[in-house]
Amino acid sequence: MNPILSIKNLQAHFHTRRGVVKAVNGISYDLFPGETLAVVGESGSGKSVSQLSYLRLLASPPLKIPGGQVFYRDKDLLKLSDAELRKIRGDKITMIFQEPMTSLNPYLTVGAQLIEPLVIHRKKAKSEAWQAATAALERVGISNASNAMKAYPHEFSGGMRQRVMIAMALTTEPEVLIADEPTTALDVTVQAQILDLLKSIQKENKMALLLITHDLGVVANIAHKVVVMYAGRVFEKGSVDDIFYRSEHPYTQALLKSTPRVDRDDKILPAISGNTPDLIQIGSGCPFYERCSYRTDLCQAEFPQVRLGLKGHERYCHVEKVSS
Amino acid sequence: MSLKYLLGRLAVMVPVFFLVVTLVFFMIRFAPGGPFSSEKSVSPAILKNLEAKYHMDEPLSRQYLHYLKDLLHGDLGPSFKHANRTVNEIIAEALPVSLELGLLSLTWALMIGICAGGLAALKPNTSWDYIPMSFAILGICLPTFVVGPVLVLVFGVWLQWLPVAGWESWQDRVLPSLTLGFAYAAYISRLTRGGLMEIRMQDFIRTARAKGLSESDILLKHSLRGGLLPVISYLGPALAGIITGALVTETIFNIPGLGRFFIESAVNRDYTVVMGTSLLYFTLIFVCNFLVDIFYALLDPRVKYV
Amino acid sequence: MSEIMAQSQSIVNEEGQSLWADAWFRLKKNHLAVLGLCFLVFEMMLFFGVPLISTVGYEAQNLELTLAAPSFQHWLGTDTLGRDLFQRLLYGGRISLTVGILASLVSAIVGVIYGSVAGFLGGKIDGFLMRVVDVLYALPFIFLVIILMVYFGRNLILLFVALGLTQWLTMARIVRGQVLSLRHKEFIEAAKSLGIRQRKIVLRHLIPNTLGAVIVYLTLTVPSVILEEAFLSYLGLGVQAPMASWGTLIKEGVDVMDQAPWLLFFPALCLSTTLFSLNFLGDGLRDALDPKGAKD
Repeated sequence: MNPILSIKNLQAHFHTRRGVVKAVNGISYDLFPGETLAVVGESGSGKSVSQLSYLRLLASPPLKIPGGQVFYRDKDLLKLSDAELRKIRGDKITMIFQEPMTSLNPYLTVGAQLIEPLVIHRKKAKSEAWQAATAALERVGISNASNAMKAYPHEFSGGMRQRVMIAMALTTEPEVLIADEPTTALDVTVQAQILDLLKSIQKENKMALLLITHDLGVVANIAHKVVVMYAGRVFEKGSVDDIFYRSEHPYTQALLKSTPRVDRDDKILPAISGNTPDLIQIGSGCPFYERCSYRTDLCQAEFPQVRLGLKGHERYCHVEKVSS
Repeated sequence: MSLKYLLGRLAVMVPVFFLVVTLVFFMIRFAPGGPFSSEKSVSPAILKNLEAKYHMDEPLSRQYLHYLKDLLHGDLGPSFKHANRTVNEIIAEALPVSLELGLLSLTWALMIGICAGGLAALKPNTSWDYIPMSFAILGICLPTFVVGPVLVLVFGVWLQWLPVAGWESWQDRVLPSLTLGFAYAAYISRLTRGGLMEIRMQDFIRTARAKGLSESDILLKHSLRGGLLPVISYLGPALAGIITGALVTETIFNIPGLGRFFIESAVNRDYTVVMGTSLLYFTLIFVCNFLVDIFYALLDPRVKYV
Repeated sequence: MSEIMAQSQSIVNEEGQSLWADAWFRLKKNHLAVLGLCFLVFEMMLFFGVPLISTVGYEAQNLELTLAAPSFQHWLGTDTLGRDLFQRLLYGGRISLTVGILASLVSAIVGVIYGSVAGFLGGKIDGFLMRVVDVLYALPFIFLVIILMVYFGRNLILLFVALGLTQWLTMARIVRGQVLSLRHKEFIEAAKSLGIRQRKIVLRHLIPNTLGAVIVYLTLTVPSVILEEAFLSYLGLGVQAPMASWGTLIKEGVDVMDQAPWLLFFPALCLSTTLFSLNFLGDGLRDALDPKGAKD
């Protein structure tokens, strides 16, 4: 099977007054139709910037993409004109964001915003789009959808607004849905509901879901495959089981150890010591060098080549064997 | 927006209006000198007649009640200085002129201001931004009574392109409305720029982009409404400012509007005209502010007056 | 990226200076504000210094040399009565600035008292006081000032008191907002728990802490008062001859502008540059004293 979205050696840099912030430094991963891929990392790991960069949702300047390719089917998104990209963005590839409270336009009714993708991409008449959008709202679990269409965003709670965002991203029945920390800003109980919703919709539509998150609990719940990112690099890729049970990367392991688990009786959660590196100073070596307990001189000099494991499990580390 | 709030606002207006009437009435009457004191040639007998005619010989409280009673009937009384004319007649003649001047100025101030500010916001830190914004700073620091005469000097006296006084043809409208609108165009362009820049940094603009909307749709459908709210809320003060600015503009260009009558009557102590025009100004500004607030609430669904 | 900017911001703030030193440091980096400040200082020195050493008075007429163009003898030319424009500009500037500063002080005193009382008492009284301010906002005070000036004589004290009374509303709002937010800060609670009387808390704790906002708004009030004064004087309702302000000078200039445009040009230039400087300085002070505060 061919991937629906394939990121190859993507780089994204911000040119600021202080210097060039190298937010994404050559990452590669594939997203296959019908699978849920979780991109995991701390804030500043570039997990979100990488998506926003090739979708051209960041101001440029300061953003520059010095290298890489991002294929949607056989089209390199980076080579498309703005108008060509707009035809894919919002239609084949849609996105929902972290902040449901501010991601909807407060001056327009929910309905006016929901029908836009259908009107723009499918050239539907407003009344037809309105009906389809109402159905989409019902599908994401909003009761009394026809009234909700006429309401303004501020009349909804955060969880409801995120449902609206999801409905909006689904109206065109996209092939790829990118969800950028969709539950981070929500209450814990609401988080679970939204995740369940995303999970069931992904199954029903057989679409590819790319979930950006820092929450390993979310990953375990919903993802098929996982990409672990740190400071603009991919450290490890694999199935959920690969990452949770067979990880051989020092960073992934440290991350797992610092996450509370129900099936483990932790007295102390060990935090990863040290800080994430300054993305301006970052060199060609492994960015985890400063904090890694396995580090060697080689780590500081160059970033490791891929080490292949079983069934597509990949890790980027100079260390042969990591004890868990 | 609730009806209760609207009625509440109107209810506040009544006592304030009454207070203003009282304040202005007594302020004028307690001031030294009267409408006839400058006319030294008038004999005491005629003066007495004049005063009787305008009820000036009665006690002040009677005059006050008398005035209030007439006011309730919409009668602002006779002019003291313009024989045989009532204040109502003067206002009926002068108000349309002032309204036309004011609306003309505001219209073009809005047009220029919003366009210039919008361009500046779309292309920040380019010459599309710097040039209009430098003009805007100039507009804010150059008062009407400097802009007006300079325009007269350049376009009226030196180039002789446009007439410098009167209110007959359309050419007469150009310089006065430019003069009066200049400062407001400047301010509105700054507000538009600020408002739009602020809106375009919001998350929901990114959402709109993610949906695949074109940049022009993002501007027209998603940015303008919120971005222009600062301009809308400035309209109240702007209208008040334009009304005040018209005092000078009408004087400079010799336009028979309300402002010129107000200044003239104030200097001549034409009590009833000063009273009448002041009250009209207060009402106008109050009503305008009221309308602007309603308009604002209609544009911003989050505003709920309780 | 915003994180990075926040980081560098906090580095600047952590340099551990007092509020005022810190504000001065930031103000110095704002070139327009510094330029405005320098210009104002220079202007003040001219206004109040030159008359001490000058031999020509602002009233001295020379009817043989009327409407003279700028020359070595009369740097900026002379007016219809042969008076030296440079001298008259300095004199007018003194009047304009004096009226501007005094009227702003009047407005500050009224506004600070009103605002801090409202903010400190809070509750229903605050609601009522602020409602009054809302209503007054809708009134065009300048008409009342005109009527006052016309009927009670054009004297300078009445002028700046009246102008000051038109400007206190915004000051009251700002101070009230500041006091309201300060009210619940720990040191006020501490003062209350020590049994210090309300009046003393207002005077000793609240007012000093709102000083930053007051200074900023005061700086921005001065130019609008100067403008109002010039407006009145232009209409012949402000300062009276033989006294002069920039407003009256502009008016005199307008009357003869087709023969002697410099009589309009120089006073207008003075007025505008002063308004510029004060506005830039005010904006700069606002940014310096409240780096987080939003620009308009």
